[in-house]
Amino acid sequence: MSRLKSFLLLFLALFSATASIKVEELNEEFTEALLLRPLPDRKVLAHFHFRSSAPPSQRYGRHHHIFPKSIYQLVRKFQVREMELSFTQGRWNYERWGGFDPISSSNAKPPGVELWAEFDVPHDQVDDSWKNLTHALSGLFCASINFLERSTSYSAPHWSFGSASGKLRYGTLPREAVCTENLTPWLKLLPCRDKAGLSLLMDRPSIYRGYYHSQRLHLKSDESDASETSTGIVLEQTLTVVLRPDTFSGKVLQPNWSLSSLFGRSVSGKCSLSSSSNVYVQFEQNLVSAWDKLREASEASDNAISVGEGFQDNPLFELSLPPKRVIRESGNFQKAGSILYEFSVEDSNQFKPFDLRLNWKVPVAWSSPQAPLQASRFLLGSGNERGAIAISMKSTRSTDNVERTGAYGENECWLRVGIFQMVPWYVKVYYHTLKLFLDGEPQSSTENMEKILVSPSEDKVSTGVLEMILRLPCSVRTAALTLEFDKGFLHIDEYPPDANQGFDIPSAVIHFADFVANMSFHENSLNQVPILSKLQEEVPVISYTEVLLVPLTTPDFSMPYNVITITCTVFALYFGSLLNALRRRVGEEEKLLSGKGARKAGPLTLMISKLAAKLRGKPWEPPEQSDSGRSSSKYKLIAKVALVAGVAAAWQFYFQ
Amino acid sequence: MAEVSAVVKPKPRPIIRVGLFLISHSLVVSNVCCIAGVLALLLLPVIAKNTYISENALMPGSASAMLSSDDASDGHVFLNKIMSISSMSINTGIEIPEMIAKHIIESGGEVNYHKFQPISDHFHPLQFFLGPDAGIVQENYSSTSYGVNTVGIVRAPCGDGKEAIVMVTPYNSVKPTSSEALSLGVAYSVFSLLSRVSWLAKDIIWLAADSRHGEHAAVAAWLRDYYTLSSGDLEKNLDMCSASSSPGHEVTSVKRDGVSNGFRRAGTMAAALVIKVADSSSGFEKDGLKIYAEASNGQMPNLDLINIVNYLAVHGQGLQVRVEKIWSLLDSWWLYSLGELQELIGKVAKSLNPQWKFGIPAPDYVEGCATLASSLYNQALGVPTGPHGAFRDYQVDAITLEFSPRFSTSQRVLFLLHTGRLVEGVIRSVNNLLEKFHQSFFLYLMTSPSRFVSVGIYMIAFTLLIAPLPLVAAALFSDASKSKSPGESIPASTSWNWLYAAKTVLVVHLWGAIVTIIPHLLCQIPNSSPLISLLAWITSSAVLLFFTRAASGSLSLSRATQLQTREWTLLKAVTVAATFIGLCLMSVINYATAEIGAQLLVPMCLMAVPLRVDLTAKTTKTVARGACNVLLVFVGFPPTAFLLSKGALAGFDGVRLDDFWNWIESLREWNSATYLYICMVHLPCWVLCVHILLHRR
Repeated sequence: MSRLKSFLLLFLALFSATASIKVEELNEEFTEALLLRPLPDRKVLAHFHFRSSAPPSQRYGRHHHIFPKSIYQLVRKFQVREMELSFTQGRWNYERWGGFDPISSSNAKPPGVELWAEFDVPHDQVDDSWKNLTHALSGLFCASINFLERSTSYSAPHWSFGSASGKLRYGTLPREAVCTENLTPWLKLLPCRDKAGLSLLMDRPSIYRGYYHSQRLHLKSDESDASETSTGIVLEQTLTVVLRPDTFSGKVLQPNWSLSSLFGRSVSGKCSLSSSSNVYVQFEQNLVSAWDKLREASEASDNAISVGEGFQDNPLFELSLPPKRVIRESGNFQKAGSILYEFSVEDSNQFKPFDLRLNWKVPVAWSSPQAPLQASRFLLGSGNERGAIAISMKSTRSTDNVERTGAYGENECWLRVGIFQMVPWYVKVYYHTLKLFLDGEPQSSTENMEKILVSPSEDKVSTGVLEMILRLPCSVRTAALTLEFDKGFLHIDEYPPDANQGFDIPSAVIHFADFVANMSFHENSLNQVPILSKLQEEVPVISYTEVLLVPLTTPDFSMPYNVITITCTVFALYFGSLLNALRRRVGEEEKLLSGKGARKAGPLTLMISKLAAKLRGKPWEPPEQSDSGRSSSKYKLIAKVALVAGVAAAWQFYFQ
Repeated sequence: MAEVSAVVKPKPRPIIRVGLFLISHSLVVSNVCCIAGVLALLLLPVIAKNTYISENALMPGSASAMLSSDDASDGHVFLNKIMSISSMSINTGIEIPEMIAKHIIESGGEVNYHKFQPISDHFHPLQFFLGPDAGIVQENYSSTSYGVNTVGIVRAPCGDGKEAIVMVTPYNSVKPTSSEALSLGVAYSVFSLLSRVSWLAKDIIWLAADSRHGEHAAVAAWLRDYYTLSSGDLEKNLDMCSASSSPGHEVTSVKRDGVSNGFRRAGTMAAALVIKVADSSSGFEKDGLKIYAEASNGQMPNLDLINIVNYLAVHGQGLQVRVEKIWSLLDSWWLYSLGELQELIGKVAKSLNPQWKFGIPAPDYVEGCATLASSLYNQALGVPTGPHGAFRDYQVDAITLEFSPRFSTSQRVLFLLHTGRLVEGVIRSVNNLLEKFHQSFFLYLMTSPSRFVSVGIYMIAFTLLIAPLPLVAAALFSDASKSKSPGESIPASTSWNWLYAAKTVLVVHLWGAIVTIIPHLLCQIPNSSPLISLLAWITSSAVLLFFTRAASGSLSLSRATQLQTREWTLLKAVTVAATFIGLCLMSVINYATAEIGAQLLVPMCLMAVPLRVDLTAKTTKTVARGACNVLLVFVGFPPTAFLLSKGALAGFDGVRLDDFWNWIESLREWNSATYLYICMVHLPCWVLCVHILLHRR
């Protein structure tokens, strides 16, 4: 908490400093930036960062030139204090792409849609504001965010996200498909759309072909705050994609790439409305140290004098353009930090497009910095009755010997791990079955639990939420958490389309409270550039687990028809026999039976028999009702029918 | 006067009249029904329908295969590497997993080793009702002999990782045969292709299962760990390779890249394909493919899975697709003449009305019958026909594809290309699937790879067979209550007489339950040969039966004097009712077992009349009935039934008595419900029939 507070204070201080400069100007601002980073598994991370800001409307007025009107109205109408919306396709590979840097901490998102928002309204209006906001966003982004309106699909986390004000709502839609129809409205919020500037690179086929695609919108506003220090609304739009360069340079060497080979397009000039438009190429800490080693070796061999942060004559790679600036992260004691090369696209134009190229010279292997624990979540058990959710966390220490910050010495070192898990109501979790295993040994869970908050789900009303902070010894290798659940039954109306796929349990959020992912640079002037100040911001290390698919009992949806048929038949039989029993009169029936013999014979036979009686000169008497006669006549009839059928068949057969 | 009585007594409701009519004519009805039941079963191959792909999302064959000859030759290189390792003198069983892991990493997948020991056998019949526990498996590995499965996973580039498709290749890690290496080659070429494609929506798991302890055991062990919190999740398997004698530098280099970092998972399994290559060549002019689908207790995968494989194999790759059949039935004359008869009837019917199209060529009929019999038998056994059976225990649809190459050694690349494209096509189809398999049938019998009989049709045969049982029971009961002797002192007691018979039946069924347990005790005795165990089982059961009879018989002897003479009718009525209940219950659990059991039990139960009654009458009819009874009882005894059918199908030379014990043991070990059926339904009913036959008047 203290960290969070200090972070907030720092943030406020930062903004108040910038605000004090800008007090007299009070202008809307838009900046764009692109950060590229080679990843260890021969892929490239591209992170677009757009930031628009509007000064508070009390002093600036409501008329904006750059800042998107729709977002302003959203903030104004629903009193949003902070909001984050992300559309993600694919999974962030924490193992290979790292989980301990600012970009992965704030841009690795669960698949589908994630939305959280904090409102500046009284507590009893928060839910209403949330519902209205989801509908507004749904229309704005062409997505089914309005499904988050139902109380069974969102929750109110208490401390896992942002502040603990109780005015925050969180919801995810893991099944939401993300496509260009979501990107286009997102691009419309940019002043230049994708007609100029860095967003020109967003060629739809190439950015959707990637291994990870996450578009994010983060909004922070202190509109309602009337004080002098308020900064207005800040809208950050980021698009993070992981691409595989098409050019293969052998199996050992990392692939060479250029902007045009990655995106199929190149930049021709900046968006004229943006105040800065930069491209950064980042080389990770471990890559830099590998490079240092390589340089030391080459120095030892031929005593070549290497230029400090040379870009032309470095032994590892070659960049096609000279950087405007080389920014070194101030690393910790033993190791150098990562390196950023800054390029400006301002002096490029249509005839001289900005097309940065990276060529590798030597094969190199490195690994990205990992979060202290690597979490994965899976289901245990099978069948339609019950199961268990397991979250397993493995220490990344043995694979990566980097000493962690905040290690106080092996003996009394504790690792605080926060877990936020939202479970839909039809997965009925028994929270008392929570079990914790450390290195395979079952633990009494209270010992290692610093804080826990459980709000059980209510059938068809609310989701279940588990928030907890575990206190694990630093030496722990594996930690596993299991929770048993029963699978519930849904009403037939409540099944979503394609119900046979199963039901999703949203990603759990694992956050490491003691760790912050930030980069620190020596030069203070770098704070002016939004993307760099964003990188310097202290964000908690967060990782998301996989989405789980729980197969529930699903009815055969053609069954209602069968059921209706059967029910109707049963009803017909029942009412038929009931009516029969009600309207039957025994006395009359007996009379009927006695008179039956007379009426039984047809009029023709009756006439014939009367005639015969007259001819014979005997008095006519009604024909006797004899069983034998009746059955023999029946047999005769059957025999006749069979004879006719046989003759017909023989006729047919004969003439074929 | 008849007229007066009709007036006084109104007729009962029609449905009751029909019931009374059927009961009073139960002899005719039961004969007609039994014959119709057997005929309906024999007609199934004729009325089998052609398979069709029910789920539209599957779209098999709509995309052209991407597996190129380069991939196939990669697979061939891989195969040669495995063969060179297997020909090495020292092989500890870790070299091939390492080699596979290296290749998986190079193609961009994730790898882990899964160390397992074969599961000790526990008898859990009906386990599929409960499902395995969601608990934690705690076991201590003794480092004697364990298998090492290699698990490779391709993560779908844009997928959400909720679902996975599994590819299984069982092989012996110590000494792989060339056909096992071939199956690994097929899997590798497909896997390396799938790690490059962009259309994947589900993750792909390749399980190279170590079949040192049996194929099924390896797959079952992996699945069990997949669905529980296994030791791979709880501890870091850092000592993975230390048990092997040669740690080797390659191991550590591989490990650094992230192998054996615990147990890896990839979401809910959508389908599983077990890929095998037969040792012998197909003997046809095409490469062959044999599909095995039966899992434990007669559970079948969704028919759509078989359909896509069949469709792609026949139309895409031109393979000869087969399902298992009983070969010895193919040249049985009576089946062939039946086939000709139905062909003739079909022709006549067609000539009468061209719209009537039934009747298939006689050879097709015989082949259909042989396949149907095999399908029925395999489902009735309740023993899975391959490693795919382990998946069905976790509600995952799985089949085994056994390829048989036309040439045993040459043209391997071409074979890899064809089979690889087939596997790729199947995976692509399943990948298209949004929901799990649910559209098509789960309850069906195959009569050929492209023809099936669904549950709605094959139930008719069984229903016809068991329909007379309640009728006969009711008829016997009404007979027994009508024919009370005039000198009966307390007429009211007759209506409760059936309780004594019910008690006898209950005691015999209880005895059946005890007989079920005896083999479990006999297994504890070490070093017993099958024959001795079988004899011990039979004698102990007989002794037990004697004791239970003596215990309950002491009562029956005392009341024999005061009871009416036709006690056996009541006993038969209750026996028939018990048989009916048992067969109905079994048909819910495993239809095929109930069907085969009904063929044996129903005639035996219906015919049973005390021999003494027959012999005293001494007409030809009664003597024939007695002979029939003796024959049916002889055939109905489970060991003789088994040995006779075995002898009839495979020749009587190789039939030995201890085969039966081995068969029963295998049923027991595979947790088959058929074992329970034999011991708790069939055997008691047989004993009761014998009891009726030997009844003293």
